[in-house]
Amino acid sequence: MTDTSIEAREIDRSQMRVSDELAIEITDMNKWYGTFHVLRDINLSVYRGERIVICGPSGSGKSTLIRCINRLEEHQSGRIIVDGTELSSDLKNIDKIRSEVGMCFQHFNLFPHLTILENCTLAPIWVRKVPKREAEETAMHFLTKVKIPDQANKYPGQLSGGQQQRVAIARSLCMRPRIMLFDEPTSALDPEMIKEVLDTMIELAEEGMTMICVTHEMGFAQAVANRVIFMDQGQIIEQNEPREFFNNPQSDRTKLFLSQILGH
Amino acid sequence: MSDTHAQTVRFVRESMLPPAEPPTKERGAVKWVRENLVSSWLNAILTILSIYFIWYVVSHVAPWFLNGIWDASSLSECREIRDATLGPDAEAACFAVIADRWQQLLFGFYPQDQYWRPVLALVAFFVALAPVLFPGLPKRMLWFTAASPFVMFFLIWGGSIWGPIFIALGFVIGWLVWRFLAPVAGPILALIAAIIVPILYWYFVAGLAATEAGGLIPIGLERVESRDLGGFLLSIIIGLSGIILSMPLGILLALGRQSDLFLINKVSVGFIETIRGVPLIVWLFTAQLILGYFLPPGTTFDITLRVIIMVTLFSSAYIAEVVRGGLAALPKGQYEAADALGLDYWKSMRLIILPQALKISIPGIVNTFIGLFKDTTLVVFIGLLDPIGFSNAIRASTDWNGIYWELFVFIGVLFFIFCYSMGRYSLYLEKKLAREHR
Ligand SMILES: Nc1ncnc2c1ncn2[C@@H]1O[C@H](COP(=O)(O)OP(=O)(O)OP(=O)(O)O)[C@@H](O)[C@H]1O
Ligand SMILES: [Mg+2]
Repeated sequence: MTDTSIEAREIDRSQMRVSDELAIEITDMNKWYGTFHVLRDINLSVYRGERIVICGPSGSGKSTLIRCINRLEEHQSGRIIVDGTELSSDLKNIDKIRSEVGMCFQHFNLFPHLTILENCTLAPIWVRKVPKREAEETAMHFLTKVKIPDQANKYPGQLSGGQQQRVAIARSLCMRPRIMLFDEPTSALDPEMIKEVLDTMIELAEEGMTMICVTHEMGFAQAVANRVIFMDQGQIIEQNEPREFFNNPQSDRTKLFLSQILGH
Repeated sequence: MSDTHAQTVRFVRESMLPPAEPPTKERGAVKWVRENLVSSWLNAILTILSIYFIWYVVSHVAPWFLNGIWDASSLSECREIRDATLGPDAEAACFAVIADRWQQLLFGFYPQDQYWRPVLALVAFFVALAPVLFPGLPKRMLWFTAASPFVMFFLIWGGSIWGPIFIALGFVIGWLVWRFLAPVAGPILALIAAIIVPILYWYFVAGLAATEAGGLIPIGLERVESRDLGGFLLSIIIGLSGIILSMPLGILLALGRQSDLFLINKVSVGFIETIRGVPLIVWLFTAQLILGYFLPPGTTFDITLRVIIMVTLFSSAYIAEVVRGGLAALPKGQYEAADALGLDYWKSMRLIILPQALKISIPGIVNTFIGLFKDTTLVVFIGLLDPIGFSNAIRASTDWNGIYWELFVFIGVLFFIFCYSMGRYSLYLEKKLAREHR
């Protein structure tokens, strides 16, 4: 665990308001890989402004769950409604939802043949049809926000892992998403880079972004999440607000998991 | 301090060392020879053997080459000159055959006073290619690139200028149909319409319109028949058209083979496997015999065009496999990141996937192109007079009966120049992209 830095930081909660408007609604969702039942009866409502952390042992289906939200994976039964639009095989809906939902991956997945600036302007120009000048201004705005405006003309391969992940965040933000998904954004990074990425994510939370993060950074969960979800074997085992979740876990699996990751 | 040290010695550097020259034996020619030629006994023996081999080859070929006779009107005259000047046992090439027949080897039976046309077409080709090969050039040049196939066609074959214009118009029509139908009817329907409408247009309208326009405003160049095209000109026409046309087709086939859509996938796989599984020469015979049956009665379909179509299909199957390798080599994350940003299939292919996949595939693509270019010499078997065909014809004449090497050396050098330049360009591109993207 590398969380000392976060506790030292004063979190500004003034903008972190959870509204009663639904951002994501998942009901009775099931998914199989072939015959393997990865996600079982998932029910989850996410309200606008919520910061949700999903944790659980490896292979429990965390990635699969958030990848279903922007249809990188297809679910086989149940419903997923994102921003009022239901995910079905209708391609128009899928593209619409994808342009509203930003996603950051464990391995950044920047486009290595484009510069940092081009990485950030590509989707706004080609999907949102924003004029190039304007897209570049927006990109510079967000690159400044993640504190790497001076790297704009470099290629991703010339940046450190932490910088690349921050570019990836900026790239998603350039589409002005209403929801951000993070899939273990810090787990491919060295400890000193984890902090810079988490700081960026905390800033986002402070601005009221709806976020779902798969992460094992429990310090981050305690500091900014308003709900922690524990998954195991494709099911949601327990969810609670962070203090209760960490201090007073109910299920035995949760206790075991927490003792394993907090224990040493 | 760990206890492996018995004691700790304090040390602080007071003056910095200036960089020094490396020792002599580590530099220059001596070092190079030591490292590259005689670094071990085995290496030394191999070096000596190689030097002997090179000397053997050069000592036999060089006199033949340097004694070459350029000025004679027949092989027997060559021999007389050699006997008179060098003696009957001397080795001497008779390059006079090239001096005598270079026009045929290069241009076939193309009318001599019109040689400027194919030459100009080649220049046009390089101008058209420049903005594609060297991205630094102004984008506006690409308009010429788009028009260049028709310009080159007109220059080489001549005839009325209206033919190429009305054929080109078909592509514009297809593009317009796509442009205006795609937002209304969806991409699949629009694509089908954008293919069918131009075909109908070419079939029923284009020929008639061209004849009418030609009647009203007759502009054109002297017509050159396909059977008069020959020599290296023919190789270039077939090779370059094949290369240019097979590239987009190959990419589409590679995407088709990767597609989840059942029908598209199976058609692509079937096409690629069929084309690859049968020798090119069989396809060329097919082109000669069968392709004519599929055409509307009364139209004679030019044999050169038929061969170009076959060569294109053949190499597109290979390109498809090379590109598929590149597509498969890309990490899955690239596809996912493109999807997650909301790019649709064609945009993510065009902007994210293909630029990277093609970059990986450059060596394989160029390799395929070089192979294709040399395979054009197979057309000699269906009676077209490419350089090899002409070398046979030249040998069949009484003047040059019995001459072999000189012609083959000349033809070999011509092909080598083209293939070697392609290879060099591919290296340049690889280096450039590697520098940019790392
Ligand atoms: N494409 C796939 N095909 C088949 N099985 C898969 C596929 N992707 C994931 N799985 C399986 O589904 C289960 C859930 O995977 P998932 O990646 O969602 O786990 P996770 O909770 O994110 O784990 P981790 O913490 O290791 O990232 C795993 O058992 C995995 O082996
Ligand atoms: Mg995962």
